Amino acid sequence: MDFILQPWPWYAAGPLIALTLFLYFFFGKNFGVSGNFETMCTIVGAGKFSDYFKKDWKERDYALTFVVGLVIGGLIAANFLIPDQTIDLNPKTVNDLADLGFTDAGKSYLPKELYGENVIFSLKGFLILIGSGFLIGFGTRYAGGCTSGHAITGLSSLQLPSLLATIGFFAGGLFMTWVLLPLIFG
Amino acid sequence: MKNIKFLFLGVFFGIVLSKAEIISWYRIYEMFKFQSFHMYGVIGSAVIISFLIMQLFKNEKIKDVNGNKIVPNEKSKGYVRTLLGGSIFGLGWALSGACVAPLFILFGFDFLPALVIIIGALLGVFVFGLVSKKLPN
Repeated sequence: MDFILQPWPWYAAGPLIALTLFLYFFFGKNFGVSGNFETMCTIVGAGKFSDYFKKDWKERDYALTFVVGLVIGGLIAANFLIPDQTIDLNPKTVNDLADLGFTDAGKSYLPKELYGENVIFSLKGFLILIGSGFLIGFGTRYAGGCTSGHAITGLSSLQLPSLLATIGFFAGGLFMTWVLLPLIFG
Repeated sequence: MKNIKFLFLGVFFGIVLSKAEIISWYRIYEMFKFQSFHMYGVIGSAVIISFLIMQLFKNEKIKDVNGNKIVPNEKSKGYVRTLLGGSIFGLGWALSGACVAPLFILFGFDFLPALVIIIGALLGVFVFGLVSKKLPN
């Protein structure tokens, strides 16, 4: 049982992600997660404002069920499967983060500088979180998929749009990490 | 009840991404800093194995539960939407440390901040829906 409680290495995670993709397709559906945002907008009545959301969300209810599973999976992992939330970081990463003002880097899954309760209830912290969400939501629908739909499903089925989207993911991510994060936190 | 298998699959995926620390902000940060192999190993091995799986689907060595040929949806084409949309997504990914599946997993992991990000994401999708016809493809 001990290996379950240890952090899982990449060579376990990669194949298990591929197994998830396999089962998703084997069950007769196309693997991807970000389409659920659209479904949720449709459910709360966004169709009144734009035809874009006038869809029959029941055709995608299996994907919502998958999302409910994700939440339950996170709950189970947080409460039973991760006794030690330490992340074994490269000392260079810890140093770089200290320069940004992140103390205790790697001592838990999430930095308190972004996810801590006093941060969420500050204006800056709240805007950072809601803004990051906005970029994720807007970007993923514009690009037509997220890491699951493009970087895993699309790349492995050799689709050019997915290669371009994945290049975009990294371009945006690198710009944020190297240029904007120091401006936001430095 | 026909969807219950997707519920279990979601739980499984949620546990995998939690246990392999893929939902950790730090793992995304170090990936974009090129200071660890972890995320590259995860994504690289997932894509390579998925590519082999796609070959089995294509050759119809494996069909779905209903006996149909498995064909992944064709992604919408367009240089602007993929590169620009992808870049916008990447900004949010690196800032929050979560892409879409991890976001929902974090909702179970650490409810409140994830909820704020998800609300932001829904706003982003809503605004996209309003302006999508006017955006370059």
